Amino acid sequence: MDNNNLFIHKSVVYGLSGILFMPILATFIYSFSSSWGATILPDGFTIKWYTQLLTDPRFLEAFMRSLFICISSLLLAMILVLPMIFVIFYYYPTLDKVMNILILLPFAVPPVVSSVGLLELYADSSVQLIGTPWILIGTYFTIALPFMYRAISNSFSTINIRDLVDAAHLLGASTTKAYLLIILPNLKKGLLASTFLSFSFLLGEFVFANILVGTRYETLQIYLYNMRQTSGHFTSALVMTYFVFIFVCTWLATHFSKGNK
Amino acid sequence: MDITKPVHQGTLTLKSRLGRYTSRLGKYKPVVWLLPFIAFFYLFQIAPMVWVLINSFIYDGEWTIENYSEIFDSTFILQGFSNSLWIAFWSSFIGLILAAILVSSLRHLNSRIRDAIVAFTNMSSNFSGVPLAFAFIIILGTNGAITLLLRQWGILGDFDLYSKSGLLALYIYFQIPLGALLLYPAFDALKKDAYEASQLLGASSFKYWIKIGLPILSPALLGSFIILFANAIGAYASVYALTNGNYNMVTIRIASLVSGDLFLEPNLAAAISTLLMLLLGVITAVNQWLIARSYNG
Repeated sequence: MDNNNLFIHKSVVYGLSGILFMPILATFIYSFSSSWGATILPDGFTIKWYTQLLTDPRFLEAFMRSLFICISSLLLAMILVLPMIFVIFYYYPTLDKVMNILILLPFAVPPVVSSVGLLELYADSSVQLIGTPWILIGTYFTIALPFMYRAISNSFSTINIRDLVDAAHLLGASTTKAYLLIILPNLKKGLLASTFLSFSFLLGEFVFANILVGTRYETLQIYLYNMRQTSGHFTSALVMTYFVFIFVCTWLATHFSKGNK
Repeated sequence: MDITKPVHQGTLTLKSRLGRYTSRLGKYKPVVWLLPFIAFFYLFQIAPMVWVLINSFIYDGEWTIENYSEIFDSTFILQGFSNSLWIAFWSSFIGLILAAILVSSLRHLNSRIRDAIVAFTNMSSNFSGVPLAFAFIIILGTNGAITLLLRQWGILGDFDLYSKSGLLALYIYFQIPLGALLLYPAFDALKKDAYEASQLLGASSFKYWIKIGLPILSPALLGSFIILFANAIGAYASVYALTNGNYNMVTIRIASLVSGDLFLEPNLAAAISTLLMLLLGVITAVNQWLIARSYNG
């Protein structure tokens, strides 16, 4: 009976994961096939789609642009969030409740809705924002915010920040020094885990990029969309390259969040 | 010392007053560190939202509900709403059931397989949007490998990736990993003793789930449902990439009113957006009420 049950549970888990895995596997095979027309299996294998992709300067540029935007917005998020969380936890702990509601906004307001407001608000701004990477860096900060706030405030609740800072004060350190030398190192793992998680999220962002900037500053996702008319094998190679990147980032994120326990 | 001299006394009190003043200012100094964050959050999150809310009530520079009556007069926009609601509801419902089955079976396997599957779901939850739409075109498109296989077996029916059924399949695909990740911790609440006790008392597995398992899980199920629903109704990238924006969904309507080639009507887009947020708000409220009730019951 128990063996029988275990068999059922195993088939359920493998069956469902198998279905989830199928599109990924098919894209993988497709990206290595020389041609795969109206047959169930491909005709032959080749790596020419990857060489074609990796030598396409437009792809490399789009990739660099995406990296630039993602890294800048994560840096911006860190610069804004790290002092903010410390001030909240050390001076105004009651504000944490307010923040927990505020960070739901990026989830509650769909990106399409936000982009309507952003597009109209900044269409005639004196410094041009629409169509430039700067508006994406600002909006991506709001996407990364919930992940960062949650992860870092979790790390904060595991350390006794008052005692640590008071001890540092007794030893003659200023609050800033205590923060930089004692509090920050304690946040490293939560910070890294949330950074990689947000990174893989931001790399896949399409809505803001498409509506606010589009082809004026072609990011990886926009490039992927614009390549839809070319060979399916080529786009598969592109999707797989992107997916390997995401895979590494999620792996790093889980690696760091595990180490946190 | 100098303190006794009256001339210096004046300057001293001034100094101490200044000192008291700056120390009072010093009390608020930490707030300065909050300001950059507040500024950015306001510019990129709050201000756009407020713009949408206000401008949804402005038509030709006047305060009116004209935009809203235009929505309710337009069968096209209403169809977008009903398509979005239909797909969001069924993809969340089916996705959540499949995720619950996956998670409940997963807990019976040993920890090595479990960790591997959790890591995989985590990863595949990032496989969404444009890349996912392309992967679906490859396997389920008109000449996709799975399409051909199913057609050969004669079980394809009238499935078409670029129609409602295809979109539903795509949405369910990205709902399952998200649902599984949300439900996974909740299943910890199911204790093995409760199951064994119910078996001792002669209950069937089915009865255990109806009487014990599901009531314990219902707050988590309802809570996850609302997240999946919000995720689906706000989705734009996958449907845009799959149908080039030709399938009528509410997010497609909003985007085409602000960034299409012709007929730009940002205020109408704002009204549709406001209705969408209102809809999400009402559903969340009903859901919270159900969750509260299931805790008390």
